Amino acid sequence: MKVKKSKEEKLFQVFNYTFLVVIMIMCFYPVWYVAMASFSNSNLLTQHTGLLFKPAGFSFDAYKKVFQNPMISKGYMNTLFILIIGVVLDLFMTSLGAYFLSRKQVLFKKPILLFILFTMFFSGGMIPFYINLRELHLTNTLWGLIIPFLITTSNLIILRTAFASIPESLIEAAQIDGAGHITILFNIVLPLSKAMLAVMVLYYGVSIWNSWFWASAILRNREMYPLQIILREILLSNDTSSMTAGSSAMDTEAIGMTIKYATIMVATIPILCVYPFLQKYFTKGTMVGAVKE
Amino acid sequence: MNKKANKDTFAYRLKKDWIRNRSLYIMVIPVILFYFLFHYRPMYGAVIAFKDYTPALGVASSPWVGFANFTRFFKSVYFARLIKNTILLSVYNLVFGFPAPIILALLLNEVHNKHFKNLTQTVTYLPHFISLIVVTGMLTDFSMTSGLFNDIVAFFGGERSPLLQNPSLYRTIYVASGIWQQVGWGAIIYLSALAGVDQQLYEAASIDGAGKWKQLIHVTLPGIAPTIITMLIMRMGQLMNMGYEKTILLYNPSTYDTADIISSYIYRVGLLEQDWSYSTAVGLFNSLINFGLLLITNKLSKKYSETSLW
Repeated sequence: MKVKKSKEEKLFQVFNYTFLVVIMIMCFYPVWYVAMASFSNSNLLTQHTGLLFKPAGFSFDAYKKVFQNPMISKGYMNTLFILIIGVVLDLFMTSLGAYFLSRKQVLFKKPILLFILFTMFFSGGMIPFYINLRELHLTNTLWGLIIPFLITTSNLIILRTAFASIPESLIEAAQIDGAGHITILFNIVLPLSKAMLAVMVLYYGVSIWNSWFWASAILRNREMYPLQIILREILLSNDTSSMTAGSSAMDTEAIGMTIKYATIMVATIPILCVYPFLQKYFTKGTMVGAVKE
Repeated sequence: MNKKANKDTFAYRLKKDWIRNRSLYIMVIPVILFYFLFHYRPMYGAVIAFKDYTPALGVASSPWVGFANFTRFFKSVYFARLIKNTILLSVYNLVFGFPAPIILALLLNEVHNKHFKNLTQTVTYLPHFISLIVVTGMLTDFSMTSGLFNDIVAFFGGERSPLLQNPSLYRTIYVASGIWQQVGWGAIIYLSALAGVDQQLYEAASIDGAGKWKQLIHVTLPGIAPTIITMLIMRMGQLMNMGYEKTILLYNPSTYDTADIISSYIYRVGLLEQDWSYSTAVGLFNSLINFGLLLITNKLSKKYSETSLW
C-alpha cells in the first residue's frame, strides 16, 4: 500500500532518523573513546582534552604492559575455567529442569513449578546466601562461583517454552519405540532446540564473564581472582602499580591511564566481537521469555 | 463411599504416574536439590534475623532475640536516609528508565529501511554487553576533573569539578548510565510486541483518516499495552529491590548522603562488618516490602486491565 507521504510525515522521518543516529553515537562513542585512548601515547593523552576521534600519538605500550601482567593472564584463565565448566553444567541442569516442566500429564508438575517460580519473587537475601555458602564449604574455591549459580530461573522458563513447542507426536513416537526420557531429551529434544541452546550459552556465558560480586565476596586467595576482580582493582582502585614499576612518578600516572583503557579493551573485546553475529539468537530468547505463561 | 472412590482414583493416578514418569522424576532430582540448597536453605537461613547468630553455634542453635534486630534498624540514624534514597533512586529509574526503551522501540518501528534498523539495534545493544565493572570504571574516569565529561562541561563554559564526589549529581549519573546501558536491549521486547500488532488495523485507521499520531494512540499503544503492563508489574515488584552491585562500584563516602541504599547498606554492614543477624533483618524487611508491592501491583493490574503475572 503506497500512500503519498504528507509533509508532516516527511518531517517526522527526518527527525526520527536524526534522533536515532544521535542515539547510536551516544551508545558507541564512549567505547570508541576508550579504544582510541588505549592506543594513544600516554603523555600526549594526558595533555589532550575533549573528544578523541583517533589515537593521540600511536603506541602499543599500554597493551605490552597489560599482556606482561601475570595477574591479567591468570584472571583470564580463571574466568575461562568458570566460563567453560559453568556453561556446560548450567546447560545440563537447565535442560533437565526445562524438560521435566515441558512434559504433559505429569502429576507433580504444578507443585514443582511453583516450588521453582516462588524463588523468583522471594529470596533469603544476600547475607543468608553467603552464610549458606560458608556452611557448604563453597567459599574460597572457584566451584563456589559455579555450583550455586547452576540454574537461572528465567532461563529455565525460556528453555521450557522452547521444549514445549516441539511436536508431541515426535516424542510419543519415540516412546512407542521404547525410548526413555533421557534418550528423548538427548536424542530428540536437545538436537531440535539448537537455536535456543545457543541463546542459553550466550545468556549464561555473558553473565559469567561479567559477574564479579560473589567472586569478591567469597575468594580470599588472589590466585583465584577472575578477570573482573582484577579489572576492578585496576579501574576503580587505581591500582596499576604492578604494571608501572620502573617508571618515574609522572610517567607512572600518565601510563596508568592508557593501561586502564587497554585493560578495558582486553576484557571487553571478546564479547563485543561475538555478540553482533549472534544477535538474531538472543533476540529470539527475549521474545520467548516474553510469552506469558 | 464417595470418599473411598476418590481415594482409589488418586492412588490409581499416583500409581499410573509412577509407572509413566518414574525416570522423569529421577531426572528432576538434581534440579530440586539445587533449588533446595541454594534458594530454600538461604530462605531458612534468614531466621537468623530473629536470632543472635554466631558461626560457632550455627543457624539452628544461636539464641533467639525476637524483633531486636528489626527495632535496631528502625531506630537507626540511617533508617530514614536509606528508605528515602532507595525509593528516590528507584522512582527516578522507573520514571525515566521505563519509558525509554518503549520510545526507542516506537521510533525504530517507524524506520522502514531494514539495514538502518538493524544497525541501530546492533549499536544500541552494545552497552548491554559491557560489564558493570567496566561501565563504572569508565564513568569514574570520565567524571574526574580532567575526564571526558568535564572536558564537555568546560567546552560549554562550565566549571570543572569531580562529578562523582558530588552527592547532588549522583542519582542523575546512576539513572542516565543505566538508561545508556539498557535502552537498546530493553527495546527488544517491545519491538516484538509491535511486530505482533495487526497490520489491518493500521490500514483501517488510515482509511478512516487517522494520522500517525492518532494511529499511535488508538492502534499501536493499545496493541502493546499488555506487554507494557506486564513489564511494569515486574518493575513495580522490584521497586525496593535496587541492586547493590552498581551502587557498590559507583558510590563513595562523600556521596553516601544520596547514594547509600538499603542493599548497599546490607553489604557494608553484613559482608564487610560481619554484623550478620542485623543485616539479615534489614534484608528480610526489604524482601517483605518487595513481595507485598508485587502482590499489590499484580492485584491492581488484574482488576483494571486483566493482565497479571499469575
